[in-house]
Amino acid sequence: MKKDGIGARLIRKEDDRHMRGRGQFVGDIRPAGMQEAAFVRSPVAHARITAIKFPDSLKGHVFSISDLKGVHPITAVSALPGFKRSSQPVLADKKVRHVGEMIAMCIAPSRAEAEDMVAQVEVEFDELPAVYDMLKARDAETALVHEEWGDNIFLETLVDDDMKAVEKSAAVKVTREFNTSRQCMCPIEGRGVVAEWDSRLEQLTVHSSTQMPHIVRSGLAECLDMDHGAIRVVAPDVGGGFGFKGILLPEEVCLAWAAMQLGHPVRWLEDRRENLTASANCREHHYVVTAYADNEGKLLGLDAEATVDSGAYSAYPFSACLEAAQVASILPGVYDFPHYRCHTFSASTNKPPILPYRGVARTGVCFAMELMIDAVARELGMEPTDVRMKNLVQPEQMPFDNITNKHFDSGDYPEALRRAIKAIDLKTIRKRQKKAESDGRKIGVGFAVYCEQAAHGTSIYAGWGIPMVPGHEQANMRLTPDGGLEIRIGAHSHGQGHETTMSQVAHEILGIAHDKIKLVHGDTAYTPYSTGTWGSRCMVMSGGAVAEACDQLAERAKAIAAKMLQCKPGEVELKDGCAVGPTGELTIEEIAYIWYRKPQNLPTDVNPSGLEVIAGYKPERDSGTFSYAAHAALTAVDTLTGEVEILDYVVVEDGGVLVNPMIVDGQLYGGAAQGIGTALYEEMPFDTEAQPLASTLSDYLLPGPTEVPSMRLFHMETPSPYTRFGVKGIAEGGAIAPPAAITNAINDALAPLGVELTISPVTPRRIVEAIASADAKKDAAA
Amino acid sequence: MKPVAFEYERPRTIDAALEHLATAPNAKILAGGQTLGPMLNLRLVQPDLLIDITRIPELVSVSDEGDALKIGACVTHASIEDARVEDHANGYLRRVASGIAYRAVRTRGTLGGSLSHADPAADWLSALLVLKAELEITGLHGSRRVGLKKFVRGAMETDLSPEELLIAVHVPRSEKTARHGYYKICRKTGEFADAIGAVSFNPGSGGFCLVAAGGSEQPVTFESPENLFSQGDPLDPDSFDMPMAMDALREAGMEADDYELQVRAVAMSRAMQDAMSP
Repeated sequence: MKKDGIGARLIRKEDDRHMRGRGQFVGDIRPAGMQEAAFVRSPVAHARITAIKFPDSLKGHVFSISDLKGVHPITAVSALPGFKRSSQPVLADKKVRHVGEMIAMCIAPSRAEAEDMVAQVEVEFDELPAVYDMLKARDAETALVHEEWGDNIFLETLVDDDMKAVEKSAAVKVTREFNTSRQCMCPIEGRGVVAEWDSRLEQLTVHSSTQMPHIVRSGLAECLDMDHGAIRVVAPDVGGGFGFKGILLPEEVCLAWAAMQLGHPVRWLEDRRENLTASANCREHHYVVTAYADNEGKLLGLDAEATVDSGAYSAYPFSACLEAAQVASILPGVYDFPHYRCHTFSASTNKPPILPYRGVARTGVCFAMELMIDAVARELGMEPTDVRMKNLVQPEQMPFDNITNKHFDSGDYPEALRRAIKAIDLKTIRKRQKKAESDGRKIGVGFAVYCEQAAHGTSIYAGWGIPMVPGHEQANMRLTPDGGLEIRIGAHSHGQGHETTMSQVAHEILGIAHDKIKLVHGDTAYTPYSTGTWGSRCMVMSGGAVAEACDQLAERAKAIAAKMLQCKPGEVELKDGCAVGPTGELTIEEIAYIWYRKPQNLPTDVNPSGLEVIAGYKPERDSGTFSYAAHAALTAVDTLTGEVEILDYVVVEDGGVLVNPMIVDGQLYGGAAQGIGTALYEEMPFDTEAQPLASTLSDYLLPGPTEVPSMRLFHMETPSPYTRFGVKGIAEGGAIAPPAAITNAINDALAPLGVELTISPVTPRRIVEAIASADAKKDAAA
Repeated sequence: MKPVAFEYERPRTIDAALEHLATAPNAKILAGGQTLGPMLNLRLVQPDLLIDITRIPELVSVSDEGDALKIGACVTHASIEDARVEDHANGYLRRVASGIAYRAVRTRGTLGGSLSHADPAADWLSALLVLKAELEITGLHGSRRVGLKKFVRGAMETDLSPEELLIAVHVPRSEKTARHGYYKICRKTGEFADAIGAVSFNPGSGGFCLVAAGGSEQPVTFESPENLFSQGDPLDPDSFDMPMAMDALREAGMEADDYELQVRAVAMSRAMQDAMSP
């Protein structure tokens, strides 16, 4: 491997501009004549709109659905049997279905003036009972979010199995109920859109802070009845996505319409209040799980019912059912057991549509499964890590098809756990727990192990049948006349460092220096089609496509060199940016120079295709790579105040071959910070009228630098047998395990008090109240 | 989240500020802006005029008045934290200041702004209640001094009339033997407190004041250790009695549930420990 190629801890190329504040985000884009949009958003969760009134002076500045003639609603259907379709108008049409839903668009020279207009628009409602709870949503008597359905269920799925025999033979049966609270994804840059019409090109240009410019283009074309060619979508620098920007936004459709109607550019920048109140859209799961095990902790079966609060509409392109259907297929996690039953419900409620947040369903699933393992261990009086060891898929079973037919490609799961046990020093912690802490706190240790399917492709997504199915990923590559390399990919970076990692792949194969390699991405006008950046797919898919393109380009360059060196192409080798033949050598710069600038020097029978290629890639198997990790947390709990301190946090991660380990470390730290948010802080409560109750960041708590401990990371590198270089996707993993590991640690600390928490986030209030209720139980028993 | 249109004035004298206050019926005083800024953006306040008082020299000055320190209303938390203001309360003022929100807030936020906002979850209110601070208030019709306890009429409600300006805080000088303790419980660094305990007493000469606060309730003041300590030396932190303290808070009218009462009693107890620690 080359020094600066695959595996190098290279400083990111992007860092220089970002550290100097020279990045360019949607908020930095101001075309001449631009005006700003603000939206009238629904203050109520469920109501019929009876009137929208505003002063005559605002005519031509305020628009509602009756103005947006011919604009189609957003629909994201799934082909899974029984899926019920929702239709999401880009501005509310007769009815609102969640707080924050857009009712009217106001356009003015500045955002402040647009907000002044918003204040003058009066909307009259006929309020309906709100569906605020996903379990109540399943009741027959409850109000209906979509009347035509007859119930509130987007989709119900069942993985069936006969559990009777297991029930009889199992030594222990443990049942638990788990809740994970609704959250709001909070990338540091919110969403934002600038739309403008180019009358020369007859083209709509939409700059959007998005993870998937090509998918947004398809969605806009469908909603606006336009040709794809008449739309260009550009994602400039994007300040964090996490799934929040993996969506076609109603705002994008509205602004595109406005730019075309009004003849001047229009911009909308989401503010934090809109972010929190109109888009709390992830993580809300409910589980009832029963585990069956023998006396030694070997799992015999798992029986689960899971409900996901999917919100009011099916978001484009991932749909309302991705999350719950995924729950059913991934709940067994990293474990091997013979019987499994899982019944899932995607419930529709009067809340914002659910979106897949980093880790997607895995964070909730890992919470449920890993807390079950600890519950089984407590029931049996065993060390929880021993129960894990008894049930983990073993390295000799790899590749392994699990009970839901997930194909685990490679890895040594028990070894990751062994290393985590050693790193956190379980033995010493157990000794320390026997003595009281000098500050009176209780300490506890918790573990969580998971695996993470990444870069899964056609075979998986065709089954879901959602509006987006990834196929072959492509890269376009061009040698420039001075021997530089331009790479174009259709995926986009919102912090992943693609400009660096794609360059590392190209450098590995072609030997071109990093400062001569440029990545072009985030623009439908310049890049090959791609479903975009989601599902931890880019290093595998775009990286694979870049490698493929490099290979093809290398062949082209070698063929030209062979002509010049008067040898056979097979006799030429590419070494450190030079084509070396038996009689001499040519640098890539020289080859490019001859091809572009001195074609007269080439023989007439040279291959006319030149030094630009487009190449496609898919791994040998497209069922996904499986990174995995064991997380371990040591926590101290103040039993009087319910405060939790993370004293130590260990991650043992196997992400296959790492292209840039420093970027991987960053992904793990960032993901784990979000996982700590899920574990201890983040929660968007809704009241019985489905009103979101945390409308600012002083109510919706995000972990900051003082809440995130220094974590200790350890890497294993088991290559994937199916991908180029053996890489695996790892971007989501950090966010998956912390809620489970931290809650297990808290429960370990509080077990002597008879306390077991089964809800995230574990807040001080929940801890104090659980201790009080355990005390009350003890008193009643005594 | 943009404010409504408003006028902006930055007077150089107290009199000029008072005149603006008198002539504009819907004016707001702007000091550090750490609360007013977000409230403007959220349009929770929609003033016609903002009067920025941070450039009035008198309001950023500090003077030693012998038995008390007079601190101008626009002195920032950071000035106190960094000891640019004398701490004549045995280091207590610095400690409280350094625990307010986070540094960016302390750099701009002011003592007077915090007190006139009277958020029960903010630090200075409780911290200075136990020191018996007095506020100097001025208006076009003259000046007056009022004790902090009397100044605060309720959560976010004060004795200040719309034409008046809080110009200084008089903090009595502490005796060398006085002990002060402060403890705050909040979900994360920088957040407003769920519970605050502040205490001041002098084991030699007597005198005791303990304040419990947090949430949206007015702070509760105890002028005697009675009802808080179960046995022995009433100032021994170990004999602070949590259930008694919770009852005392309830009796004092603090409307809070068991969890809130418990963390406030813990804050009181730990403020006692803080006061007694060397």
